[in-house]
Amino acid sequence: MNARVFGALLLRDAVVAKREIAGIIIRTMMQPVLFVIVFGLLLPRMGMIPRGYNTTMLPGIAALCLTMASIWSVTMPLIADFGMTKEIEDRLLAPVPIELIAIQKVFSGIVQGAIAVVFVLPAARLLMGPVPGLTLQNLPLLFLIVILGGAVFSAFGLFLGTALQPQHISLMMQVIFAPMIMFGCAYYPWRGLDHFPVLKYAVLINPLVYISEGMRAALTPGVDHMPLPAILGALIALTVGLMWLGLRGFRRRAIG
Amino acid sequence: MIQIRGLRKIYGSVVALDGLDLDVAEGEMFGLLGPNGAGKTTTIGVLTTRVKATAGTAHVAGCDVTSESVAARARIGVVPQRPNPDRGLTVRENLVFHATYFGIPRAEASHRADALLERLGIADKRDAKVDELSGGQQQRMMIARALTHEPRVLFLDEPTVGLDPQARLGLREILRDLHTQGRTVVMTTHYMEEADQLCDRVAIVDRGKLLACDTPAALRAQAPGETIVEVTFDRELAADAPEIAGVTRTESRGTVLRAYAPSAAAAIPALFAFAESRGYAVRDIQIARPSLETLFISLTGRKLA
Repeated sequence: MNARVFGALLLRDAVVAKREIAGIIIRTMMQPVLFVIVFGLLLPRMGMIPRGYNTTMLPGIAALCLTMASIWSVTMPLIADFGMTKEIEDRLLAPVPIELIAIQKVFSGIVQGAIAVVFVLPAARLLMGPVPGLTLQNLPLLFLIVILGGAVFSAFGLFLGTALQPQHISLMMQVIFAPMIMFGCAYYPWRGLDHFPVLKYAVLINPLVYISEGMRAALTPGVDHMPLPAILGALIALTVGLMWLGLRGFRRRAIG
Repeated sequence: MIQIRGLRKIYGSVVALDGLDLDVAEGEMFGLLGPNGAGKTTTIGVLTTRVKATAGTAHVAGCDVTSESVAARARIGVVPQRPNPDRGLTVRENLVFHATYFGIPRAEASHRADALLERLGIADKRDAKVDELSGGQQQRMMIARALTHEPRVLFLDEPTVGLDPQARLGLREILRDLHTQGRTVVMTTHYMEEADQLCDRVAIVDRGKLLACDTPAALRAQAPGETIVEVTFDRELAADAPEIAGVTRTESRGTVLRAYAPSAAAAIPALFAFAESRGYAVRDIQIARPSLETLFISLTGRKLA
């Protein structure tokens, strides 16, 4: 029964996502693609950025798209559903444990994140031209990073989606998303922060750091990156912690 | 079908339910009547597993709503106060997906959705977006959706609020129809005549407490005072309240005399006799039988809406 309902819930999300595909692409891909155009195409050709920068940036862009697609797909519908439309209530009345509905949202977020990576990687590579050191030899690791990264940010989305009210959305963008993106080691490697020791360790609270570094480990392993056990350990711990917070928030919002 | 014992719900410092006891029999059309803030929606919330009671127990179709909430949800259908359709889906998809959330195979779900849309008179809107529906049509869709998994109990929270009179009448027809098919229906309302006309039994609640529970006729009989006979004369009445045989007491305002009487049949001839003796001509006469409204006012000291 639970598996069948889970499938029905996933199918519902797929149908709705398919109808909103243009909006989803714009909101998750716009910023990274523009960044690729400026920093991966224009500035290197102008000679203002060394061409090798592409090697640093490509995994970061993949990480950014993954996280944005995952978190948006979970947070925004939840804020709207719990805060305004109450649309989720028919799903909360399904004869399955309430937590299953939350877990399905997270699963759906991981899938959307993975789809975003599948689209953005070839697009970025195409725009940037040759990326020295890029390899697709580590597909299992790439897959693992995508799943774990999607899980961390979908769980984070579950937490934010149940903790925030609709009027908090713009604040969330400025206070949470903007610093997270800038200090997420997407546009520079974590090792690059060696010159800024305080910052280097402060950014470790940012989940995006581990996904950016994980993408480097998978896509450009020749570039110096955070040790893999540290990356995987942090991603698993963050998933568990954020999932716990997210489920707690979901239960609170779902049952009065 | 439903048993509620000593149900309490406290939100911070607000007591929403204060030791509520209720029983609803199978096949009954049951009304929860009370003003805003009476605890009607909280009661529905607890019974539909969406609100956790602070104390007390509630069973729906044999399931404890707290410890067996999953099983309880399989047996109930809910039409919320404010329509909350899935706006990303079409009308028909709303029904089909809802059924599949209850484990019903897609083919069967589609079949049921079509039959229900037909029955509720919105089959022509099946492929429309939800936002294209009028308020009344949305409410019909919500009822159709709540029925797709064939629940044993249907809960409706203020189903006719915000609808125009025509849509309201149409919806009442639908509710009557559901009732005649033997389904247990629990609805909240703050419209007296709605509870009176539709429900087998009505519970009057206020401030989280049950004040009275009986058939509408029996509740009306409990209403204090009597039938009200309002007579309009051709000119203003003298200030004194006249003594009239068969009338308990009278109030006069302008040309209108309001008489409270145990029986309208006895009071009306006496009122005509009174008019004749004083030389008044009767212009109009209206009879108001004891109503749930008068009972409600006597029980709570305030009006319903």
